[in-house]
Amino acid sequence: MATPGSPALETNAAHDAAKALRLPIAWLVALAAFIAFWLYAEPVARAAFDYPKAYTVPLAKWISSAMKWLIDDASFGLFSFTDLTRFVSAVLDVPYRLASSLLSTGFLEGSGSSAIQIVPPLPWVAVIGLVMLLGHWLGGMRLGLLAGGCFLFLAVFGQWTSAMITLASILVAAPLGVVFGLLFGIAAWRWRWIERLITPPLDLMQTIPVFAYLVPVLFLFGFGPTAAVIATLIFATPPMTRIAILALRAVPGEIIDLGHMVGCTDRQMTWRVMVPAARESLMVGMNQVIMLSLNMVIIASMIGAGGLGFDVLAALRRLDFGAGLEAGFAIVALAIAMDRLSQAAAEKLSAPASDPATSGLFARHPYLIAALALAIMTTLLGYVVPGIHTYPEAWQLSTGTFWSEVVAWININFFDTLEAIKNAMLLNVLIPFKRFLGDLPWFGVAALLSFAGCRLGGLRLAALASGLALFIAATGQWEKAMITVYLCGISAVLAALIGLPIGIFAATRDRVWSWVQVAIDTLQTLPSFVYLMPAVMLFRVGDFTAMIAVVAFAVAPAIRYTALGIRKVDPRLIEAGRAMGCTEWQILTRIRLKLALPEILLGLNQTIMFALSMLVITALVGTRDLGQEVYIALTKADTGRGLVAGLSIAAIAIIADRLISAGAIHARRRLGLE
Amino acid sequence: MTSPEAKLVCRNVWKLFGPGAAGFLADHDGHPDAAAIAEAGLVGAVREVDLDVNEGEIFVIMGLSGSGKSTLVRLMSRLIEPSGGDVLFKGENLLKASQARMIEIRRHQMGMVFQHFALLPHLTVLDNVAFPLDIQGMGRAARQARAREMIELVGLAGKESAFPRQLSGGQQQRVGIARSLAVEPEIWFLDEPFSALDPLIRREMQDEFMRLQTVLHKTIVFITHDFDEAIRLADRIAIMKDGEIVQAGTPEEIVLTPATSYVAEFTRNVARAKVIRAQSLMLPANGADPAGPTVSARANIAQAAPLFLDGVAHLGVTDDTGRIIGRLDRDAVVKLMLQG
Repeated sequence: MATPGSPALETNAAHDAAKALRLPIAWLVALAAFIAFWLYAEPVARAAFDYPKAYTVPLAKWISSAMKWLIDDASFGLFSFTDLTRFVSAVLDVPYRLASSLLSTGFLEGSGSSAIQIVPPLPWVAVIGLVMLLGHWLGGMRLGLLAGGCFLFLAVFGQWTSAMITLASILVAAPLGVVFGLLFGIAAWRWRWIERLITPPLDLMQTIPVFAYLVPVLFLFGFGPTAAVIATLIFATPPMTRIAILALRAVPGEIIDLGHMVGCTDRQMTWRVMVPAARESLMVGMNQVIMLSLNMVIIASMIGAGGLGFDVLAALRRLDFGAGLEAGFAIVALAIAMDRLSQAAAEKLSAPASDPATSGLFARHPYLIAALALAIMTTLLGYVVPGIHTYPEAWQLSTGTFWSEVVAWININFFDTLEAIKNAMLLNVLIPFKRFLGDLPWFGVAALLSFAGCRLGGLRLAALASGLALFIAATGQWEKAMITVYLCGISAVLAALIGLPIGIFAATRDRVWSWVQVAIDTLQTLPSFVYLMPAVMLFRVGDFTAMIAVVAFAVAPAIRYTALGIRKVDPRLIEAGRAMGCTEWQILTRIRLKLALPEILLGLNQTIMFALSMLVITALVGTRDLGQEVYIALTKADTGRGLVAGLSIAAIAIIADRLISAGAIHARRRLGLE
Repeated sequence: MTSPEAKLVCRNVWKLFGPGAAGFLADHDGHPDAAAIAEAGLVGAVREVDLDVNEGEIFVIMGLSGSGKSTLVRLMSRLIEPSGGDVLFKGENLLKASQARMIEIRRHQMGMVFQHFALLPHLTVLDNVAFPLDIQGMGRAARQARAREMIELVGLAGKESAFPRQLSGGQQQRVGIARSLAVEPEIWFLDEPFSALDPLIRREMQDEFMRLQTVLHKTIVFITHDFDEAIRLADRIAIMKDGEIVQAGTPEEIVLTPATSYVAEFTRNVARAKVIRAQSLMLPANGADPAGPTVSARANIAQAAPLFLDGVAHLGVTDDTGRIIGRLDRDAVVKLMLQG
């Protein structure tokens, strides 16, 4: 391969090239060793390429039998494990029943088809009115109209029933998530050992894909809305815990001193000083919990949550684009309403409340009185005028057929173009990259990861990265993991290629940035499910479709972090650059991008994390990776298989996250920012 | 050494940061030297502090950042647990007090003002001032009445329903002062109370503080990094460096006889006339004209000097009861003032 010539000259040239590229020699050597190993070692060391079957750790089986034992035999003396899970279900069932009775089914006597409705659910007019009142109270007229409009949309487009089921789950899961998260956070703040105990699971839970939670929950709690609420709780509580710990930590030391100086007991310290002083940050956590709950409730339709998520899922299964898009839009409407309402609530509730100047029940609680009056009056009126109670079907608009026609029209007119784009991408980029990754020796990859970990963060990081890679190989997940890496990698690169220029462009233009910000904020509030429908519509199922959905989902953090990083660059440095006579291009490349590098790396990290979490969901559109593995495990209720695949995804996420974070710290040090 | 009226006494108080600090102190009989501390990998934040704060005096602890002054004031109130030594408050050893007893003492006998005010952002001025009383369990009407009194005292009447973020820095610190006084503390800790304020406001707040003290006669421990502030306010000053007290005494003693070159650095630019009091410069009273102009023994020379403008050769110096106890000669005053 190499052209004949003096070897000394060649190494010299390589050395210069390395210098020019600013790549330390060590990296080049490691890479060269890796390539040599890959090309020539296969006949000698088969085991390094295909992990030997005989040594595969049957972790999935172990987990499954452990679960089986847990369900069948585990006992705490007085009661068995199954009793415990049944008890939890029963307890959570009470508030869920209440919420769903209120919003969708009405209060029933008896069960099954013979049930008789005693009190009907809240009329749609009442719910919209209540939402508008809430919006008005929290954020004024505009918010009231926006929230009311979003809910009206649900009614007009025939999504009311499903949306109310979804809402009922959130109304139970979100408050509980906030309360549990806060309590865990307080406990971790107060007792170090609890913090030490819960930090590793918290870290892991952030990276395990959402599907993977569903499998054990399904196994332990069965199929149904209560199980979905539990899965949602498990999903939404850790971020709240994390935020609560951070918020309590951020309370100034002087405030704590004050608490001690006025003689607070421990309880007074927590509830009278710490929690109120941290409440602004805690409210941000509340918003997050609500949005995460929405996301999870939609996904949990797979274990029987019902509602809008189920509509999307069903539509996906029978490829009914119209119905799927409609349900998708309804999710968007619900998401926007809940996001804006909870943000306004955060602002309103963290601002100090002023003393009520007026007295008297009516004057002090105008909104509460109005809400009660509205609910009672519309319910009574509903008996007389059915249209007030249930949105009249005659007024419903269905865009389902319209959208189906749009899709048909697109397919008739642009089929060839779309197909050409898809095939070109598949043939020239996706498939070759997939093959390339599939061919790599697992041992070599693990060694390379270990080297990277060592260079960027030291021995511990090296051990972590190679250990996790070994875990993937040893549990027999290597091939599927490589497909995950390939799809995630390509999507992340594409998302970065789109996101970086937009971020750079928007960063220095305030008007553009304010618009871009609204756009990416909205994109990020949408549950990941929503992204699937348009992609499937245009490109049908397959890797390419998955990639499009993942890119659409993962582009937001790439834009956000790039723009924020560039905007954070000290303006005095820009001024100094200008004073030295830099052109705009030089300012961008030599100052802004350079100093924003750590921030951009973090954005890249987030992009990869987003891509991974979305990738799992794209199993629904027929990928062949670890996500599919989890999905199959879910449909077969095979806990071991699902958890092992889920943990493998978590392992990939952790490797990427730790390496890139270490790289970002490295870059910050080099730039003298730390 | 302990004067009978000492309210708060520190005996060989230590704070070492690092693992095994308490055991290390015990191993060295409570008096390790700097080399041993460094060798053990510990950091000596407060070292071997002995001091006593007398009833009704303003005791200023002055030091630059990192000198351990803020740590020391927190050791006195046991916000930070000392590594060794004794802190006696009205004869009771605080370090032996139970948690319940500490809560009791802090609720009723201690007050503290913080550098960054430490106001609770979600409470109004009124509720902030009433907060310590609320924590004690006092009823709403009683605590609000008391809080209004305090707000009046610090000159913030009319601001009761404002929130901290709506106030200026000076006003916020007035709230902090009102809050710390609401429980009628027997000892009042002020941790750099005016450092976060603009110079003009700082001056105003110092005057306000002195006015309050003439009314309240509290026993005060006042922390500052500003030597001029210390001179202006203190009855006695302790100067800290690297966790140790390098000199303690009245402002006059410190200015006239700085113990080390480090202290001398601070005193160099201080106008002597503003520190030295008439009683330090006065001669025996023989020959003083009882009918002539007089000056209080506590007044400093800068305050006494204008009285010589009438052409008198000397002033009578009176004690608190108005009795003449000495005379102040014009020549001595002129000489001192010319020295700067």
